[in-house]
Amino acid sequence: MLALNNVEVIYNDVILVLKGMSLEVPQGKIVALLGSNGAGKSTTLKAVSGLLKPEDGEVTDGEILFEGEKIHEQDASHIVRRGIFQVMEGRRVFEHLDVEQNLIAGSYTRTDRQNVRGDIEGVFEYFPRLKERRRQTAGYLSGGEQQMLAIGRALMAKPKLMMLDEPSLGLAPLLVQEIFNIIKRINEEEGTTILLVEQNARLALDVADYAYIMENGRIVLDGEPETLKSNADVREFYLGLNEVGARKSYRDVKHYKRRKRWLS
Amino acid sequence: MDKFLQLTLTGLTNGAIFALVALGFVLIYKASDVINFAQGDFLLVGAYIMFGMVTQVGLPWSLAVLATMILAVALGLVVERLVLRPLIGEPIISVIMVTIGLSSLLRAIVSSIWGTTGRPFPPFIPNQNISIGGAVIPADRLIAIVLAAILLILFSLFFRYSREGIAMRATADDQQAALSMGISVKRVFGLAWSIAAVTAALAGVLVANIIGVSGVVAGIGLRVFPVVILGGLDSIPGAIIGGVIIGLLETYTGGYIGGGLSQVVPFIVLILILMVKPYGLFGEVRIERV
Repeated sequence: MLALNNVEVIYNDVILVLKGMSLEVPQGKIVALLGSNGAGKSTTLKAVSGLLKPEDGEVTDGEILFEGEKIHEQDASHIVRRGIFQVMEGRRVFEHLDVEQNLIAGSYTRTDRQNVRGDIEGVFEYFPRLKERRRQTAGYLSGGEQQMLAIGRALMAKPKLMMLDEPSLGLAPLLVQEIFNIIKRINEEEGTTILLVEQNARLALDVADYAYIMENGRIVLDGEPETLKSNADVREFYLGLNEVGARKSYRDVKHYKRRKRWLS
Repeated sequence: MDKFLQLTLTGLTNGAIFALVALGFVLIYKASDVINFAQGDFLLVGAYIMFGMVTQVGLPWSLAVLATMILAVALGLVVERLVLRPLIGEPIISVIMVTIGLSSLLRAIVSSIWGTTGRPFPPFIPNQNISIGGAVIPADRLIAIVLAAILLILFSLFFRYSREGIAMRATADDQQAALSMGISVKRVFGLAWSIAAVTAALAGVLVANIIGVSGVVAGIGLRVFPVVILGGLDSIPGAIIGGVIIGLLETYTGGYIGGGLSQVVPFIVLILILMVKPYGLFGEVRIERV
């Protein structure tokens, strides 16, 4: 459905952030994109959704195909209409709008306006807590509620592909679990394809059908979650486990510092 | 008592016109965080276009108003396209500076076409007086109140319920997030500037109808600053209430204390408001989650 082939992204004409990034998201699946800070995960999502321009970024090489059509030269509003919706990192709700107005803003590109009312109720079924707060100013919601609103806003656009940038950011573990369950439900019930960027590798690998690991602007490893979970490097650097599967103790780290095998 | 009623009515009409002009400020500020220093000159341009349409082209006044509104929309779009759009993403302060330059430019264009001497405005609103409870009020002022009220109600509804209105407020809140919704920020800015230009042009016509066409019309732009600061830069109800308060304040001080002071009092209010309530009476307070 979505394919990136050898994509290169440069910021401000000089900073090379993506260096030949390739990845594929098949229809109806949940694909996870993991990697440490600064690896280029958010840049990858922005390259797809057309949000690089306001940050002075540019796709300089390679191509991004969505349903067989090149989209990397189109602007954001066209890409949203095409069916790709990015839930940005850090929630980014419209603070001075109330919950319902935020959802209406999410439905901006819809052409079937008469269904919007019904879809708002649909979002409230996923997130009953938002229903109680429908008239409240979004800026005063809790972090978890704001993340729910951000995802609900994406649902309002009825996208074919939803890209979530670190939905677990700054949330309590229980809430994170709840949000991930809902992501899974959206994938199953709405048939929405999902591209998930996460720091929380364990949770992401639990829900994903396929996962990519990114470092330094390119993919270094990819595979089924089960395969990745048993990879020694992934266990060490993303799951914090040692060879036998027990939690690591600081003594081992001091004793022998493992190198990332894929870097050499 | 008669004097009080008379002053109140005059103050209300002035307030209604202030509110119309303030509305333009608020619209642009709400959508793009820019304070438009050229708002007063939009009034001037509107007034002169109307003047030109009626006395020089010879259109009947209903068509002239329509033509003025269309040209005002065009002016708003041109300004947005040529002046503001290249500045998207630049610091707000540079955009504000550019609006000051725009103000001089518009004023210069108007005076190079029509000269600088003031002229009487062709009276298009029947110039008769209507008396309300002992006070006498000219019909044109009454029309100003009604028109201002209708426009202000329409805009309030637009921002609360319509998709475009919500998109405009969303853009004001977080431009990049608005982009990610598929909202076209360029379109939102174009819309804001053209609505602001139309309301300003209509206000300009109303003002010119009362005081005649001359450079003085643009001065209303400056007198509206205390209004928007008092009401809150981003609040439509604030623009209305601020307009009425400042309008009344001006006529009361003019009527009871003396003419010269009436222009000063609003600015005293401005300074007091900035000290006590920097967001204005109804302005949006920056939300900070702790």
